[in-house]
Amino acid sequence: MASIREQFEIPGKMKTWSLALIGVGLAAFAIGLFTKGFSSDEHEQAHFWGTLMYNTIFWTLVCNASMFFICVTTLAMGGWQQSFRRIPEAISTMVPIFGSITFVVLIYVVVSDKHFIYHWLDTEAVAKDPILSGKSGFLNAKFFIIWTTLAIGLWSLLGWRMRQISKEADEEAMDHETGARFILRNTVRAALFTVWFGLTVGSTIPWLWMMSIDAHWYSTMYSWYTFASSFVSGMSLIALWVIYLKNKGYLEYTNQEHLQDIGKFMFAFSIFWTYLWFSQFMLIWYANIPEETVYFKHRVQGPYKGIFFLNLIINFICPLLILMKRSAKRNYTMVTFMAVLILFGHWIDFYQMVMGSLSKDHVTLGWLDFGILSLFVGLMILFVGRSLASKPLIVKHHPFLKESIIHQV
Amino acid sequence: MAKKKFVVGCFDDEEVLFPAVSKVRKAGYKIHDVYTPFAVHGLDHALGLRETSLHTAGFIYGITGTSTALGCISWILAKDWPLNFGGKPHFALPAWIPITFELTVLFAAVGMVLTFCYLCQMAPFVKKHHFHARATDDLFVMVIECTEKTNAEDLKSFLASNGAVETDIQVAEEGWWLGRYDQDELPFENKQTVAA
Repeated sequence: MASIREQFEIPGKMKTWSLALIGVGLAAFAIGLFTKGFSSDEHEQAHFWGTLMYNTIFWTLVCNASMFFICVTTLAMGGWQQSFRRIPEAISTMVPIFGSITFVVLIYVVVSDKHFIYHWLDTEAVAKDPILSGKSGFLNAKFFIIWTTLAIGLWSLLGWRMRQISKEADEEAMDHETGARFILRNTVRAALFTVWFGLTVGSTIPWLWMMSIDAHWYSTMYSWYTFASSFVSGMSLIALWVIYLKNKGYLEYTNQEHLQDIGKFMFAFSIFWTYLWFSQFMLIWYANIPEETVYFKHRVQGPYKGIFFLNLIINFICPLLILMKRSAKRNYTMVTFMAVLILFGHWIDFYQMVMGSLSKDHVTLGWLDFGILSLFVGLMILFVGRSLASKPLIVKHHPFLKESIIHQV
Repeated sequence: MAKKKFVVGCFDDEEVLFPAVSKVRKAGYKIHDVYTPFAVHGLDHALGLRETSLHTAGFIYGITGTSTALGCISWILAKDWPLNFGGKPHFALPAWIPITFELTVLFAAVGMVLTFCYLCQMAPFVKKHHFHARATDDLFVMVIECTEKTNAEDLKSFLASNGAVETDIQVAEEGWWLGRYDQDELPFENKQTVAA
């Protein structure tokens, strides 16, 4: 076997680009903060804080999804992902960084009592409102702050523990016994993360962070919908990094076989997302009860109509028709294109989930959204690149590495 | 269907089988098929088989299901016999999606299973020649088709020298025919005896 390039070096171009994106993002953030964030107009404020909210939440959940990917493949005794597992690991190092930004934004919104964003913060209105006072055990500032802290803290901690154990596979070859014990310890840590992931991303966190903007409305499918959205974007992000590193001549053990399996995840979870999208929509459409249709009224028939259906085309029709073919999933250009498209599509999805409720009368999509997006993309490129460079790209002595090298679909 | 002459070589190890396959192909013999007790990864590539078109067939069956469902429901509910269901429009697309989905899956699944059985020549009341009964248990059975120019004895020793544990010449039907394994006699002469 030819020599393997284990160590990623950050190219100068990547640094320049990420810093430029961060610069643009910071400028947009500053302008937004002064013109909108500090404005006395509630609409302007809702626009600014809402934009920050959906971007931070989106990127935190997307980066967290890659740790979820490692954990579920570990639990399933998967071997195929070992040749590129350092990439989802590196992406998951963003969880503490994006998580703390999310934390600051959300806690600021709650502490500064912005009840035009979270209506349930308005204690007087809640007292008079039988529905909201019924929900007040869950929707109150104290629970919000505690649960948000716990969620972000434990995602970071349990993810960090998963990455720590992965380091051991760099050090020395394992015999059968140490290998088996290593896998068992991996399984236990992955299980802990997955359980906490299920309790937060799979259920409570999307209800708390985003669904509660429409304080009266609820949908039990909302969290799964959010999870599907973030997981398919997470897989797309992993695919983009894998392809980038392949292009730079790293990841010699990763090939089209692995790419096809990543592509399958992108395909399958796009369909899963659509299944949830449709189930949520169809039941509400069919029953046609005003307190439920309130969520969809301005999205399907109001100003968000275009974005709402664009969302469905990008996130369902395109992956369905394009990624269905085996040759498309094995084609680096096609997977890159689809990954960018899916990431954009689900970013738009998060946009309409949050801003569709905060600004019901007109679509706010504009310079601020793309500016904040570029801030997050820049941060992601900068820090993921750094953490890729800090560790070898190959888990040299992982017991399942050979399975990944000979992987064939 | 035509009866043909085949040379059969049995291997007891994958690692012997793969080099043998490539040597036999390089020597210019035409491999009829390799029967294995389980799916062997990479054997299709070694045999030089093309990618199956079963998925394309499946896609076409699926599309047929989708259009059957949408065509039927929309004709019935919007044109032939419009009914008012809870004030919904006659063309109530979201309500039809589940049925459309089910019919797509049904058409694709049933169509693909039938196509698969046809391609593998499997059906009830239909028989196919078994070159070696232990292909269903522990032997990898390589079957080579003979032409007029093939020297079967040479080929047998060639296979044996490449690691075949058992070699054999058989004249057999290559396709399928009507009949049942549990009732009919095998219609070919050199009936194969299975070692106990």
